[in-house]
Amino acid sequence: MTGRSYLLYAVILVLGVFGPIMFPNYTQQMALLWVMVLMASTWDLLGGQMGYNSLGNITFFGCGMYISAVVQISMFYNVADYTSAFGAIKPEFTDEQYFTGLFLGILAAGIGSVFISYLFGLIVFGLRGPYFAIGTLGIAIAAGQLTGTIDYIGGGSGISMPFFPGDIEVRAGFFYLLCFILAALSHIVLRWIYSTQFGLAINAIRDDEDKAEAMGIPTLKYKQIGWAITAFFMGCIGAVFGNMVGFIEPVEVAFPVPTFGIFMVAMALLGGKGTLWGPVLGAVLFHIIKEATWTYLLGWQWVALGLILIINIVYFQEGIMGWLQRKYPEFFGITVDVSTREDGKEAKADG
Amino acid sequence: MVENIIEVNHVSKSFGGVHANIDISMAVKKGSITGIIGPNGCGKSTLFNSIVGYHPIDTGSITFEGREISKLLVGPIARLGLLRTFQQTRIYSKMNCVDNMQISVSHRSDARHGFFASRKGEILDRANHLLEFVGLYSKRNLISGDLSFGQQKLLEFAMALMNEPKVLLLDEPTAGINPTLINGLIDRLQRANQELGITLCVIEHNMRVIMNLAEHIYCLSNGRMLADGKPQDLQNDQRVIDAYLGGH
Repeated sequence: MTGRSYLLYAVILVLGVFGPIMFPNYTQQMALLWVMVLMASTWDLLGGQMGYNSLGNITFFGCGMYISAVVQISMFYNVADYTSAFGAIKPEFTDEQYFTGLFLGILAAGIGSVFISYLFGLIVFGLRGPYFAIGTLGIAIAAGQLTGTIDYIGGGSGISMPFFPGDIEVRAGFFYLLCFILAALSHIVLRWIYSTQFGLAINAIRDDEDKAEAMGIPTLKYKQIGWAITAFFMGCIGAVFGNMVGFIEPVEVAFPVPTFGIFMVAMALLGGKGTLWGPVLGAVLFHIIKEATWTYLLGWQWVALGLILIINIVYFQEGIMGWLQRKYPEFFGITVDVSTREDGKEAKADG
Repeated sequence: MVENIIEVNHVSKSFGGVHANIDISMAVKKGSITGIIGPNGCGKSTLFNSIVGYHPIDTGSITFEGREISKLLVGPIARLGLLRTFQQTRIYSKMNCVDNMQISVSHRSDARHGFFASRKGEILDRANHLLEFVGLYSKRNLISGDLSFGQQKLLEFAMALMNEPKVLLLDEPTAGINPTLINGLIDRLQRANQELGITLCVIEHNMRVIMNLAEHIYCLSNGRMLADGKPQDLQNDQRVIDAYLGGH
């Protein structure tokens, strides 16, 4: 790491830790920002770095949320009784019960999502390009609908999560910290794996999967591991998000395909897919634009977001980081030889 | 007696009504350089694709180090140490040359590097060394898609060497390469064979190249094995001359 990136990390750390203290009214918004940063960054692992555009990563978010809920409740109560009560009974959780349940719930959500990603991978990793995108989208939609039919976990009417023991400011700060820590952790893990042979292998799959296979790269294993890492973090953040919101149900909160499911792709594209910082930058910008339009352009907010999406996809496919890398390659340590570039084109035309 | 590392026995392959390979038998001796020649469309590349598992064969058997591989797919065959390069050069075009080299390390079960191995140290040294071997060291940090066609071909060859295969199948290694560079390439192929101990099997149209390079040559025509022998024998074989001059 260079001095420049140390400075950047220091600034982010200070903002991340002191943000809610400086702007307490925006704690929930900032927590949501870290959720989106995590979603966009982990989407980019497959979508940008490996060239597999998944529209179904939200599946792990929802699965994590429900796995965590079931674990948290089932440790102390019967889940069916709890969910069928519709709030008629108020199960009490002691402080110790609540935090043990939450911790184990988040862990189980991550591990459970990894297992689910393996099962779904068996189905969708035979698909490529647009078929992979639609296949994963189908799984996400089906997951939401199926969850709504299971009465054991509350069906379509959802589950009220255990109450946080403590007052509301502490609660907001606590969940904010969890979101921040998970987002930071996912960034560190991604940064590390992109710097290893793994990063090169998934780039190779993106550039030419058949060549990678012919060179003996076990492409399926790389895809499975990549998706498992994504699933782990999506599952964990789903568990945290469910507890932060306090009430979970299948379509709007757990498996929100048309909002978060698409937002994470849009954010990565806006910031520049296939780069470490692109999705982070995209998430920050997207979240700010989204909140600003919701506040000042109410009624037109979806039109504004759609417009940005269309401009991004039609005129600005490389995204912000992609554009910066092309404009200032030296800054990013990329060597470009203009003369070879031209030679290359001529030689290719001849060949 | 030298062991045959690849044995192809009575292999046939047809696509619909087109009989691309009919009853082909050949053998590649361990440590040798073997050539395959024949007019365009005679089934050379089909034979290559059959050997490396690109498509299933209809009948016959293919063995690698005595092991039947005709039912295996591309990936598992490559991980046994049997590698091929492509006629239409294929590299990872958005990555730079060093990255292309580094990811081409062996993925065999005895490979030294795991999934999350560091890119520094031994891998980087060997990548740079092999880039120097093919004369691309000064271009090592360029995006490989920006290289000229001939340079991409050299890079693909270097990537194959990086993998440390036991056998390397080369599909027209000199096609599209500047004639002044061809001698350098022949020299490098021979050095890879002698110094690195890699068995080579080469499809080639350039007669001067293949006659200088190969110890044993097979000639295909219309999907059948027409003749085989030492280069000088084949050069004087009337059937081979007829096939090339359109005598069929």
